[in-house]
Amino acid sequence: MSAEAGLAALWLAAALALLQLALATLAVRRGGDEWEAAIRPVAIVQGGLAVAAMAMLIAAFLRSDMSVRLVVENSHSMKPWVYRFAGAWGNHEGSMLLWVTILGVAGGAVAWFERRLDARTWAATLGGQALIALGFYAFLLFASNPFDRISPAPVDGLGLNPLLQDPGLAFHPPTLYAGYVGLSVAFSFAIGALVTGEVGPAFARAMRPWVLGAWVFLTVGITAGSYWAYYELGWGGWWFWDPVENASLMPWLAATALLHSVTVLATRDGLRAWTVMLAVVAFSMSMIGTFLVRSGLLTSVHAFAVDPSRGLFLLVLLGLYIGGALALFGARIGAVRAGATFEPVSREGGLVVNNLLLSVILGIVLIGTFYPLIAGGFGVQLSVGPPFFNKAAGPIALALVVFMAAGPLVRWRRDRAQAVVERLTWPIAATAFALAGLAAFARIGVLPLLGLALAAGLAVASAVPLVGRKPWRTPLFTWGMVVSHLGIAVSLAGMACDAAFTSETLVAMRPGEPARVGPWRVTLDGIAPVVGDNWTALQARLSATRGDQGVTLFPQQRFFSDPATTTSESAIATRIDGQLYTVLGQADAEGRWQVRLWWKPFVTLIWLGGALVALGGALSLVGRVRRGRHR
Amino acid sequence: MTAKNQRLVLAGLAVAAIVAAALLALSGLKDQAAFFYAPGDVQRGGLPLGRAVRLGGMVEAGSVRRAADGVTVRFVVGDGRATVPVVFAGIVPDLFRERSGVVAEGAFRRDGSFVATNLLAKHDEKYMPPEVAGALHKTETLDK
Repeated sequence: MSAEAGLAALWLAAALALLQLALATLAVRRGGDEWEAAIRPVAIVQGGLAVAAMAMLIAAFLRSDMSVRLVVENSHSMKPWVYRFAGAWGNHEGSMLLWVTILGVAGGAVAWFERRLDARTWAATLGGQALIALGFYAFLLFASNPFDRISPAPVDGLGLNPLLQDPGLAFHPPTLYAGYVGLSVAFSFAIGALVTGEVGPAFARAMRPWVLGAWVFLTVGITAGSYWAYYELGWGGWWFWDPVENASLMPWLAATALLHSVTVLATRDGLRAWTVMLAVVAFSMSMIGTFLVRSGLLTSVHAFAVDPSRGLFLLVLLGLYIGGALALFGARIGAVRAGATFEPVSREGGLVVNNLLLSVILGIVLIGTFYPLIAGGFGVQLSVGPPFFNKAAGPIALALVVFMAAGPLVRWRRDRAQAVVERLTWPIAATAFALAGLAAFARIGVLPLLGLALAAGLAVASAVPLVGRKPWRTPLFTWGMVVSHLGIAVSLAGMACDAAFTSETLVAMRPGEPARVGPWRVTLDGIAPVVGDNWTALQARLSATRGDQGVTLFPQQRFFSDPATTTSESAIATRIDGQLYTVLGQADAEGRWQVRLWWKPFVTLIWLGGALVALGGALSLVGRVRRGRHR
Repeated sequence: MTAKNQRLVLAGLAVAAIVAAALLALSGLKDQAAFFYAPGDVQRGGLPLGRAVRLGGMVEAGSVRRAADGVTVRFVVGDGRATVPVVFAGIVPDLFRERSGVVAEGAFRRDGSFVATNLLAKHDEKYMPPEVAGALHKTETLDK
């Protein structure tokens, strides 16, 4: 029954979205506050129905209801419950349903909580949200129905891709989607403001918490996804410039730019048109990412199904929404008056540079990601990988770090360049010191060297805004900025350390034989079979010693039966100064086992930094919402 | 500066940034994009030496050999038209098998062999790298 209930909930939600769109249109045409009372419950119930549909699908997975096609194709009754639960979105239809659910929830949340926006813009915003939702409900109902039945019901399912069988699956997609789709709110705000022409500080202050919230989720999702790929794939890397990773990075870049430009709009009433444009671009990137992943056009761990008709459906939706929003922007932006002006050397000026550099990086990632698709259209098969992205985007990212260090130390409206440089004395000293020290004692590449030196400078610079302030009197959102910028420095240091200092060893080991990697001496003690919930494995026992420190690691070769697949499970030992990363390969005819070892000094800083960035965003969010309440 | 002028300057900067991004990206792509080759393409078009490329096809039956050091693998990739010997030092992916699709990332050597730095095999039973599927499909249609 639950499948039918879920389908009914989806249809009802779609009907309510239509009603919401109609009411919002009337509200914008006629004006007046009485419409608010009508739209609010519709939007909230629509979100609730989407949640109900998702719950029904999860229920079908948890009960292993083998009459539902999606459960048959992607689950198995022998799976631990957490994978049956998370498996609900470990497939095309389920992940689209999750997407739409979050869209509905975001709309409901705007209806429920947003009280700062003027009534007409508010209604237009919810109209925009309903319009987006309608398209994706249609996609689910007509092209990707997750509740399709299968008859006769098979005895059991085909199982979940073992690469996805990891606690990360329960956590990573929902957070990432919350960020991805949370940006729809910014998009709808932009639509609303374009319809009514009310672009100003009040609009920016209303939009900012939503952008911050989505951005925090996106940051957490990307950080968690990076760590998941790092330990699950067993390749020792933490970012592969995989199209799907890029699909999450592009909205993040746009949202980061938006976050900063919305501050200019809120504080100084500048960058009106640009902010609206960025809000459109940010969610467009989310939709483009969804299209990339869901169309099945790309080779990727994340690409589940290949069905051209779905890709076409998504492409049409995408074209309508992005094209429509851009057309609206072109038609209406003339009605938005230009905002306040500012001098080139000013906080605003710094934030403009931030936005420009982020846009350039975004452009590079976008072009690099789509180039293979476009070339493919001309019959040329090629791929674009890390060498391109690192070379093209790396230097610009480092330039961005320089401006990130200086930006918060520049005054609003107007400042003197010399005064800014004076305030940057300590950060510059830290950078120079690190640069000299590293150049003298370590042989590393140019990019990692600059990365480490700039990370040192940025870390110092990020704390400068606190100087001369009492910590408990400093507003929370200032703390947020400090913590986020520090997080970038920490993460950058981790990336540079990983690039510069990683040592790697690939050996064929006999039991009892030692191998060296960095400062570690690793011995293969033996190989033993182990049994898990729905897998069996060959497990190596590796003893690693460094001086008087010792640790035992257990990397595995895992064999799954449903579907029949082998995966290698890496074993990682975390130390204060880095991680020892081990992967077990296959045995050869002479009884030697392939073992791959990495010693990665300070690699953990990458994700620690990501967590700090997200924490900073959360602090800002709390600070802004509180400040908003007081007003 | 009036508001309108500043708007124009900012718009100009934004356009310049986008153009710069496009130029940077395209010039980088010229050197860095890894073109995909099937063994048959190599025979016809000559060796693309000195740049990272991808080689895709089927691992020929009976061709996988392990070197004495235990970590180097040699095998032959074919597409029905031609074959290329490949050397790879590392842990082969879980689904790397003979008579199965593979994409090798790396570079050609002068003697026509291929040194792989990374191997991509299919992820599960159903999946074949699209490039390989395309290359094999091309071979099939050429044969007919």
